[in-house]
Amino acid sequence: MDILETVGRPQLRDLGTIDEFKAGDTVRVHLRIVEGAKERLQVFQGVVIQRRRAGIHETFTVRKMSGGIGVERIFPLHSPMVQKLEVIRRAKTRRARVFFLRQRRGKAARLKEKR
Amino acid sequence: MMKALIGKKIGMTQVFDDLGRVIPVTVIEAGPCVVVQRKTGEHDGYEAVQLSFGEKKRANRPTIGHYKKSGAPAGRILNEFHVDPDETTLQPGSRLTVSIFNPGERVKISGKPKGRGFAGCIKRWGFSGGDETHGCNSHRAPGSMGCASTPSRTFKGRKLPGRMGSRRVTVRNLRVVQIDEERNLILLRGAVPGARNGFVTIEGIGG
Repeated sequence: MDILETVGRPQLRDLGTIDEFKAGDTVRVHLRIVEGAKERLQVFQGVVIQRRRAGIHETFTVRKMSGGIGVERIFPLHSPMVQKLEVIRRAKTRRARVFFLRQRRGKAARLKEKR
Repeated sequence: MMKALIGKKIGMTQVFDDLGRVIPVTVIEAGPCVVVQRKTGEHDGYEAVQLSFGEKKRANRPTIGHYKKSGAPAGRILNEFHVDPDETTLQPGSRLTVSIFNPGERVKISGKPKGRGFAGCIKRWGFSGGDETHGCNSHRAPGSMGCASTPSRTFKGRKLPGRMGSRRVTVRNLRVVQIDEERNLILLRGAVPGARNGFVTIEGIGG
């Protein structure tokens, strides 16, 4: 297994360059979008509902409400397409996966802020 | 030049390409392989090079003798690969490493999947099987065999239960994603037949 882990290592993101975040935090993900020859940045802002840690495979899921419809996107944490990640708000959660947010709407879908 | 190597499958992982896309890759520790014997048409009746990979822990004297000409210690695996009769660069003692392959190239890879024993049609051929409920008594049975009075026989090649796995399987046109000469690693896009730590052979396509 050692060799497998080292294969992806050069592509791992330096975790010092992005804010530490966990489930419940509200984040803004800056994505690089390549359209033909043009390149632009797209921002996806929402609540992190889970983080799956597995070396180079690490992904996180961001949920946001878009026009009253819940939208979730899964990002590979180490993907070069994820240009920047900002934590907007940190929340206090008792669990590592805040899937219960899916059942809630509006005010009920708030999480307690961590100070 | 003939391009072939023997290697060991390490397992699968993923890498990002220049466009940031995730590529599933199989990591193979391939080579260095030593040419042990060059079989020729006039001497052996066919043209091939015999490659060896790995190291044998305890080799008996006939085995050591076989390796003598190449000057290499006895290997774990011997495999022959066909070559053109005019191939002269590969002589006993020549070494082949992953550097013979280039990223972007397509290769052919063979391995031996895990043996599944005597497997039924569902596992072996992907049959859908019968209902589990609703009074059905045919759950994993192979189903109809060959009609009634016409043709009143079962066609040759009918998919039936039997031994599955543990035979040589070849996958063609896998793309080489990356080469690590220092650690003798080669990364191929997609899955490769065989279990982890199983031996595989990699051959270049068309030359």
